[in-house]
Amino acid sequence: MREFGYQRASDVAGAVALLGADPDARFLGGGTNLVDLMKTGVERPARLVDVRELPLDGIESTKDGGLRIGATVTNSDLAAHPEVRRRYPALTQAVLSGASGQLRNMATVGGNLLQRTRCGYFADVTKPCNKRVPGSGCPAIEGDHHNHAILGASQHCVAVHPSDMGVALAAFDAVVSYETTDGPGELALADFYLPVGDTPHRETALPPGALITAVTLPPAPVAARSRYRKVRERASYAFAIGSVAAALEVRDGVVREARLALGAVASRPWRARTAERELTGARADGESFAAAADAELAAAKPLSHNGYKVTLMRNLMVAVLSELVEEASR
Amino acid sequence: MTTATAKATTAQGSVGTAHTRVEGRDKVTGTARYAGDLPFTELAYGWLVLSTVARGRIRSMETGPVLAMPGVLTVLHHQNAPRIDSDYIGRLGVPPDPSAALFQHDRVPHLGWPVALVVAETSEQAREAAEALVVHYEEKPHDTAFDGERPDVPSQDTEEKGDLEAELAASAVVVDARYTTPEEHHHPMEPHAATARWEGGRLDVVDSDQGTAWVAEELAKLFSLEPSAVRVRSEHVGGAFGSKGARAHQVAAVMAATALQRPVRVVLTRRQMFSITGYRSPTSQRIRLGADADGRLRALEHRSVNLTSTVFEFVEPCAGVSRVMYDAAAHHTSNEVVRLDVPTPTWMRAPGEAPGSFALESALDELAERCGIDPIELRVRNEPELGPVSGLPFSTRRLTDCFREGARRFGWAERDPRPGLRREGRWLLGTGTAAASFPSGAAPSTAAVTAQADGTFTVRIAAADIGTGARTAITLVAADALEVAPDRVRVRIGDSDFGPAMIAGGSMGTRSWSWAVAVAARELRERLALGGGVPPEGVTVRSDTSEAVRALAQKERHSFGAQFAEVAVDVTTGEVRVRRMLGIFAAGRIVNPLTARSQFIGGMIWGISMALHEEAVRDRASGGHVGADLAGYHVATQADVPLVEADWVDDPDPDDPVGIKGVGEIGIVGAAAAIANAVWHATGVRHRSLPIRPDRVLAAAEGAPDA
Repeated sequence: MREFGYQRASDVAGAVALLGADPDARFLGGGTNLVDLMKTGVERPARLVDVRELPLDGIESTKDGGLRIGATVTNSDLAAHPEVRRRYPALTQAVLSGASGQLRNMATVGGNLLQRTRCGYFADVTKPCNKRVPGSGCPAIEGDHHNHAILGASQHCVAVHPSDMGVALAAFDAVVSYETTDGPGELALADFYLPVGDTPHRETALPPGALITAVTLPPAPVAARSRYRKVRERASYAFAIGSVAAALEVRDGVVREARLALGAVASRPWRARTAERELTGARADGESFAAAADAELAAAKPLSHNGYKVTLMRNLMVAVLSELVEEASR
Repeated sequence: MTTATAKATTAQGSVGTAHTRVEGRDKVTGTARYAGDLPFTELAYGWLVLSTVARGRIRSMETGPVLAMPGVLTVLHHQNAPRIDSDYIGRLGVPPDPSAALFQHDRVPHLGWPVALVVAETSEQAREAAEALVVHYEEKPHDTAFDGERPDVPSQDTEEKGDLEAELAASAVVVDARYTTPEEHHHPMEPHAATARWEGGRLDVVDSDQGTAWVAEELAKLFSLEPSAVRVRSEHVGGAFGSKGARAHQVAAVMAATALQRPVRVVLTRRQMFSITGYRSPTSQRIRLGADADGRLRALEHRSVNLTSTVFEFVEPCAGVSRVMYDAAAHHTSNEVVRLDVPTPTWMRAPGEAPGSFALESALDELAERCGIDPIELRVRNEPELGPVSGLPFSTRRLTDCFREGARRFGWAERDPRPGLRREGRWLLGTGTAAASFPSGAAPSTAAVTAQADGTFTVRIAAADIGTGARTAITLVAADALEVAPDRVRVRIGDSDFGPAMIAGGSMGTRSWSWAVAVAARELRERLALGGGVPPEGVTVRSDTSEAVRALAQKERHSFGAQFAEVAVDVTTGEVRVRRMLGIFAAGRIVNPLTARSQFIGGMIWGISMALHEEAVRDRASGGHVGADLAGYHVATQADVPLVEADWVDDPDPDDPVGIKGVGEIGIVGAAAAIANAVWHATGVRHRSLPIRPDRVLAAAEGAPDA
């Protein structure tokens, strides 16, 4: 592999300064994705700036009743945090459904958001990939795409975002804070990931050289009763072929508020706003849930070998929403 | 030299008793050194460059810039590599692996074909340089798509008796179905690794393989060396499963060590292993069964097609299992191949039987359903008296006993045969069963057993412990033959200088080695019993089982087993989870119950992977794999492995001096069929294509015909 420089930053300003405007430098968090990509040659950084020692490993309640999660909080610590478990249980469930215990002990919140797709073509430098080499083509469209996108993709890229955590964060309107040499900034998670379009290599709206410092969850009482369910091709240690994060507030049999986000269907965690609109004010029963799911999936454009995902996501949305209703009635 | 004769004797107490692995402590403390671990002075590192096109020829290679990179010592390729001789048939009756005949021409027969070796001072430098090497190809159109429909090599392996169409026409019930299994890979935890060096005029190779004598012989032939001029050692092996013979990495290391006159190590990456260490071909198998209303077979047809490369004809002999399991008046079996621009497949745990049993035992379950007969009863009714094709008697065949014991322990009697009736929350539950068999054989081996003056003994045999516990098994066998406690016996294996011996393969290793060790040890004990003491240099007795093995009477010799599985299926998400498995085997005398159980259970767990997870995906456009790593190629995780139990019925082989049959491979046989049959019982849908993926389960639930 390519030789690279390694520096360890001790404060945020220092980290941002160390990286500077160098396009060949990368921040290193837990390394659970970046190091793999370096081994396979997908990433060939000249320099790594290790941010694991930064004082960004805390989880604090915000004044308005939300939670601010430091960017270097490990996935394990995030999932285990009592306030996360109490206020946003779907987030804990999502994180725990991902990777393995060892990986979760290393992986960070900031890194999780920035992990790259597991598309087999992206990961193989001998094959074309518009995300890795813009303009080289997308062989997945005609090739293997059984776990590729059905929503929001383009003719240039059909890869899916692999994060479980991100799906729960999307449902709860998370806001990403970052630092640059020009000062701090914020992005709603809804705006954090860019549409695929004809620039699949541009994945986020983060300014060049920006370091994610925190993810803030605004208060969301509805989230206290939330669920994440993930379907994968084995029981553990596999990326989703479909997942749902959902929260539901039901009064008198009518949905007052619904949160719904989908994983493994698009280039980013997919907030199912169409379904949420359909659900709000609807009766909390299987029929409404199916109608909402169908409304969301009306935009689905499956490829020749991933049409099962439409069925899967419909069934999964209905199942998880029904489980929430059942849970509430207990 | 003692001439061996097969003669059953009584056990002395070690064989049959559970013993932890003699090298277990070394392995768990990291003391055990593997082939890629051993230090050598002046060690250089080679990195293989594999082709990125699926068919064509090498036009040119830009070696100049690579040679100028830091630490790079040489680049070997077809224009400067030494000529080697690959025109021979090896001891296993096959020519050498074509991708091991390195750098002899400019042709590229498949993607991932080795085209160069870059050698540098460090592994990192070698890898960086190898990845920087620009190779220009003249690319030709390729075909890598296997549909199983058009075998293009006339079948070399057909057995036919009786009038198939007439018997089918006369049958009250007919099952006619096609079953498919995908490309599957054996990926031992320890990647292939070898270090070669010239030491005192001899080629010394430290390797990770299934047989040092075998690999030494292959290297001697390839490089036209005297057999005595090659020594191969392989003390610890982190798994092999059929993939670790003479392959490109040893040959590359030898070439580079010869060119540079210093030790050279070549280790393969996981991704490289997908291309040059063999794999199990996908199979397409058509089965036709015709039976009377009571389930007795009149016709059995099993035709299997697998793919092979354009440079080697490898047959995955799926239909072989039908030649052992069931008889019928009309009995037709064949194995055929189609040549494609793909790497050469090879033996992978239970070659033939693993995919073959999926098809045959699924078809039997379908026949049981149509006849309205319990699947176990159907098999009992079709127990043959003699080998269905050979007409030979079975040495022992306790299949029915395996089913009876398994049914009792699994609770089979309470099973409602109707499908799709049991629900637990979102899960549909079902149970299934299948039969298993795997050939039992022995191959000639030599061993030496030495009595030392301090009262201890050393066994030397070119055996291989590829994780099976063979070293421990040999220790127990030697201890009993010497009538001493196992802690007085030291077993040295994995060194070709110990003389010819069977490889760890075909479930024949432990049986073949134990035979040779038992014979030498018994003779040594008899000699010591004459008195006279042990001189300082010790007393050594050698054995060679060639004559005795060849004198074995012709019989149908197999291990048998009955597999049981319970599964849960969520037809709304397509998830299939195995809840419990039970395997009961009749597999000869069990030398070490602890490691034998691990062998059985390991095979059964692999069966879970085969049924539900494993599938290498080949991209038609490039002709190569997509997701060629263990994140993309799924095997069962801990969470996929529920309660798995294995046990056995007493079944000593009367013709083996220790009573062994072999336990290495039978655990996987029938396991996938038992799971698929359980999925049918849960859902009412037959899955005839593996793996039973969520999308296939969903498609079936959507009303698609049987998957």
